[in-house]
Amino acid sequence: MSSQTTDIQIQTNDQYLNMDLLRFTTAGSVDDGKSTLIGRLLFDSKAIFEDQLDAVERASSNAGDENLNLALLTDGLRDEREQGITIDVAYRYFATPKRKFIIADTPGHTQYTRNMVTGASTANLAIVLVDARHGVVEQTCRHAFIASLLRIQHLILCVNKMDLIAYEQSQFEKIQSDFSEFSSKLDIPDIHYIPISALKGDNVVHKSENMPWYEGASLLYTLENVQISSDNNLVDSRFPVQRVIRPQSDQFHDYRGYAGRIAGGVFKPGDEVIVLPSGLTSKITSIETINGKLEEAFPPMSVSMTLEDDIDTTRGDMIAKPDNQPNVGQDIDLMVCWLNEKKLAPRGKYAIKHTTKDARCIVKEVKYKVNINTLHRIEDDLEIGLNDIGRISIRTTSPLLYDSYKINRTTGSVILIDEFTNETVGAGMII
Amino acid sequence: MKYSLTHLQQLESEAIFIMREVASQFEKPVLLFSGGKDSIVMVRLAQKAFWPAKIPFPLMHIDTGHNFPETIEFRDRLVEELGAKLIVRYVQDSIDQGKAVEEKGPNPSRNGLQTITLLDAIEELKFDAAFGGARRDEEKARAKERFFSHRDEFGQWDPRNQRPELWNLFNGKKTLGEHFRVFPLSNWTEMDVWQYIAAENLEIPKIYFSHQREVVKRDGVLLAKSEFITLLEGEHYEERQIRFRTVGDMTCTGSVESPATTIEAIIQEVASAKVTERGARADDKRSEAAMEDRKKQGYF
Repeated sequence: MSSQTTDIQIQTNDQYLNMDLLRFTTAGSVDDGKSTLIGRLLFDSKAIFEDQLDAVERASSNAGDENLNLALLTDGLRDEREQGITIDVAYRYFATPKRKFIIADTPGHTQYTRNMVTGASTANLAIVLVDARHGVVEQTCRHAFIASLLRIQHLILCVNKMDLIAYEQSQFEKIQSDFSEFSSKLDIPDIHYIPISALKGDNVVHKSENMPWYEGASLLYTLENVQISSDNNLVDSRFPVQRVIRPQSDQFHDYRGYAGRIAGGVFKPGDEVIVLPSGLTSKITSIETINGKLEEAFPPMSVSMTLEDDIDTTRGDMIAKPDNQPNVGQDIDLMVCWLNEKKLAPRGKYAIKHTTKDARCIVKEVKYKVNINTLHRIEDDLEIGLNDIGRISIRTTSPLLYDSYKINRTTGSVILIDEFTNETVGAGMII
Repeated sequence: MKYSLTHLQQLESEAIFIMREVASQFEKPVLLFSGGKDSIVMVRLAQKAFWPAKIPFPLMHIDTGHNFPETIEFRDRLVEELGAKLIVRYVQDSIDQGKAVEEKGPNPSRNGLQTITLLDAIEELKFDAAFGGARRDEEKARAKERFFSHRDEFGQWDPRNQRPELWNLFNGKKTLGEHFRVFPLSNWTEMDVWQYIAAENLEIPKIYFSHQREVVKRDGVLLAKSEFITLLEGEHYEERQIRFRTVGDMTCTGSVESPATTIEAIIQEVASAKVTERGARADDKRSEAAMEDRKKQGYF
């Protein structure tokens, strides 16, 4: 890695306070250069410090590597360093004057699906890497499918190692057209294609002079400018009640605040609301934080609301608008990704978590499994084990107040928990 | 931009959500408080999460006895202002009871010993969740840490066998005797913490700001003069203009030379820093996996 030149200036306070946040996940097969790419982004944005670099240099030479092994920056555990593998999602942080970035760096080898699903569940954007020499391979399709399944709205296909194919335009265009054909079967509205060399720095931070035929933006520029503000659902108002706040002090004698995080839509004082599952209606008196009253609240704000009427409301209830309510039901279909070595048990009972509500459920039926490389349905083998994705029907012990995951990631997602080990075993997306 | 939050607002909202989850999912949470900047931010977030009610859990300080006096003064004043409940447990008591043994050497660190006192206190007071202010950007073993981090009945962390954490769904289920460590600041960086302190106008202990102090340079770390440090041959104290980037045990918390006397000046310094804040911590320099090993045993 050459010496790090950076055009990122020290941020003034005002700039820093106006930055927004982009969470992205990175996926690639082994040796696609993912670590090098992340290393490059961290270096060029000055997120790596001298002592971290020293530690990596020391560790690289201990391991007999001639080159700086940037994977050592992300492999945080002793087992990982010793075995040269990454076993878990690692989170990395960097910032430019425009945005702060959170990278969920998911390993390419073992337990791939489980880790990528975890990293993708909170991501706005996915970077999928392909090797320019090999083009779109099975793993590329798998990564794109998972991004689409988890409803990531933005995908950047980085065609890496362009330097090894002499920056050849025709090969890039072939990869672009191959991927575009595959991704037409998916549900990702915003796809970008960028030819890069992470090692040489082409089109990573700066536009490359080696590819004058490429008219698009560099990777960093794209990351900085992708529009994510419209990704939140601002139409369907949803407020899962997390906790009831009752100070019982002299100053706030009768205060009853409903605390939670807005999951969808916009709430304002004076709005007519319905509290579910009771179905009682009231009006919002105020939306408050310690810093004062708010004129409106929207996702993903954590607030506290007071209502005009004293309605019996507890954790697990949902506040919505009378003319736009979530589904209420106990019989629910899910796409589930299995996260545990112990297979999903047909007719098995699990604890389920959905928004702020806890319940139990029974698996009524496994409908099909998905071949995540071809997207074909498998109907003759319905065993769902670690890293498998399939469609199941469940019945819950009490009604859930839910939306389709396609409409709302917060009110459309559940986790399944093994009641004996307490482990999180399944990630479910409501259909 | 309408209907979008800045990154600091998003981090704040996430941390408040986590705190409310813990208060609802657990019976007896506690907030581990060191008097350092991260725990000061934690206390502010807890105040916001439950306002206008009081913070519904106590604060607990594991006191090594090697504190900067400025930190203890600050701690006591903050607790009084908040009307919060503070529990203090002393490493010295664990040593006196024979549960912990003081390290030998010229700067015996009580950093590792804190784990013993901490786990004893969690068991004695039956806490089932303990909030920590640790951040994933601090150290590479921490980069794999969960928001809700499960600890077995011995208080141990098993990094290879962590529960996957998806969306905003946090699984705090456990069996009797186990507990959770919870890290609401997981996604914050050092810069975010400083910016938040500036934005919220929070008071912090004086040792974070530039001052004159006698220090000794040992293994590249500038350690403050104190009764807990024995000078080695050839070493001597000298007066320098320094400040501390973290607040820990006096025996292992190194200072940096700095003229920064305001939060704004500190922020400028952090923005142009070339070494991580833990780079000045002698406790992390002990080995490549020092933090991982301590964490597995039940460290903060």
